[in-house]
Amino acid sequence: MASAHSIDDVIPYTVAPREDTGLNNVKLGIWLFLASEVMLFGALFAGYLLLRVGATDWPEGRTYLSVPWAFTNTLVLISSSVTMVMAWASLIRKDLGKYRLWMGLTVLGGFGFLIIKYIEYSSKFHHGYFPETNTFLAIYFTLTALHGLHVISGMAVNGYLLGPGTKMWQTEPQRFTNRVEAAGLFWHFVDLVWIFLFPILYLL
Amino acid sequence: MSASHDHEIDIDHHVKVYIRVFIALLVLTVITVAVSYLEMSPPAAIALGLFIASVKASLVACYFMHLISERKLIGYVLVLTVLFFFFELLIPLVTEGNNLGMG
Repeated sequence: MASAHSIDDVIPYTVAPREDTGLNNVKLGIWLFLASEVMLFGALFAGYLLLRVGATDWPEGRTYLSVPWAFTNTLVLISSSVTMVMAWASLIRKDLGKYRLWMGLTVLGGFGFLIIKYIEYSSKFHHGYFPETNTFLAIYFTLTALHGLHVISGMAVNGYLLGPGTKMWQTEPQRFTNRVEAAGLFWHFVDLVWIFLFPILYLL
Repeated sequence: MSASHDHEIDIDHHVKVYIRVFIALLVLTVITVAVSYLEMSPPAAIALGLFIASVKASLVACYFMHLISERKLIGYVLVLTVLFFFFELLIPLVTEGNNLGMG
């Protein structure tokens, strides 16, 4: 009964595109949010740059950090980006079973990333490397912890869309597909940030 | 009917592209690590590392985030964002340059 009403009557343009922008508000909204995220990470990258350019001596990342673990984490995150886009493609094909499989793998990828990060952090603490140890480790922990929080946030949204959120597929499949697309855009952004963090912190 | 069939073919094409991009990302990740072990001056190593990262990021943005076929409005938003991002990165360099000049 309530679902017979279009959601556009309550919150406009969650499914249909606006005439002026040609986009639904879900997509424009997530892109504007991602623009603010670029500025957030940009500020920290600027901080990194300031510290590095101003330092008389800057350690090689691999002196403190494990390249094999970070390399593995890069592969995990890239793979989860692919499974995310495959989850969305499954909805376009109207195959909810496959969607569940791909989205489940995406969430699993997030868990894998966090477990590896936990191992890395534990190893640092075990060796007595803390944010206050030196400037390099301070910016390393700041950047990776903020990125880790984004992974957790993305997993929370993806977990919801895998579990209770799936109900929407029965009543409003297009709106659900749009939600998955928006969650995917965020997840790919998290992957994109890591693509830069990996060489900057571990390799250069 | 025919439209939905076309849509099906379209998404099949997309999936093939996703898999190719995935393989390219894996190869570029291996290259990123490999070149970091080469004997290079720090500025050259940084430039090469960031170049490969930029190529990888472009692949993710263009194909996984569908920017290659997205509406112009999103492109405008992103151009503005990138502009401010580089401005943000420029501030510490200018500050550091001033400090060096004053020193």
